[in-house]
Amino acid sequence: MDQLNNYLFVAAILFSLGVFGVVTRRNGIAVLMGVELILNAANINFIAFSRFGATAAGNINLDGHVFGLLVIVLAAAEAAVALAIIINIYNNMNTINVDEASSLKQ
Amino acid sequence: MITEFAFWFIVFMTVISAGTVVLSNQLVYSAVALLFTLFGVAGLYVFLWADFIAGVQILVYVGGILVLIIFGIMLTNRITSVRLSQTNVQQGVGAVVLIWLFIFLSMVITKTPWLTRPAVEPIGTTAGVGTLLLTKYLLPFEVISVLLLGALIGAAVLSRKEN
Repeated sequence: MDQLNNYLFVAAILFSLGVFGVVTRRNGIAVLMGVELILNAANINFIAFSRFGATAAGNINLDGHVFGLLVIVLAAAEAAVALAIIINIYNNMNTINVDEASSLKQ
Repeated sequence: MITEFAFWFIVFMTVISAGTVVLSNQLVYSAVALLFTLFGVAGLYVFLWADFIAGVQILVYVGGILVLIIFGIMLTNRITSVRLSQTNVQQGVGAVVLIWLFIFLSMVITKTPWLTRPAVEPIGTTAGVGTLLLTKYLLPFEVISVLLLGALIGAAVLSRKEN
């Protein structure tokens, strides 16, 4: 619980699973979920290093929190745009299989 | 003792539900498992004394992104269509990449002498984060608000019906 390595290992597991989901899933929305897992893994690392790498005065380093906040905002923007694109692809090509939807134009 | 138990419970819940997210055949099951993963990550933030980030995680991820993803699943899932396999043929290669990546990251984590320093638990982090956002990180804060506006307009333009 008070070990930095525990958090880093959880983040490593989440990151590996996210990469696995991104490369093996064929549904566009499932790929998006893999990306969310990767972003969460990065965020755990930011917050963990901010907690364990304290300033000289013994306060926790809040810069990591700001980075985590920005990552969460970016994830929200990315999810909104990605879902708009996926729904557009579904309307135009009637599939969201990322292997089939490979052409930029109909 | 009880906090130790809660920590490992949260860790295992996060990891197992993350595995369900990438391995489940039903997309809706994946979305529900993602809910537990996000809650577990928020719990880890609480253990890392990041109360504000944990709240933002629940508000934005669970309340926003997950609802968006479930909307996307409902809008793109044909009920009458035959159920296809959710994974492509690269699952074997993907598993090799997964294991290799995890071993590599584990070696990096265990072999690096991390410089840690003991810290006192803060009463709350919200005030500190807010001060940093409006002083040291004012420019990224403004840039990301412009980016959010752009993403909002872009998503609205993309999903609008052409006429």
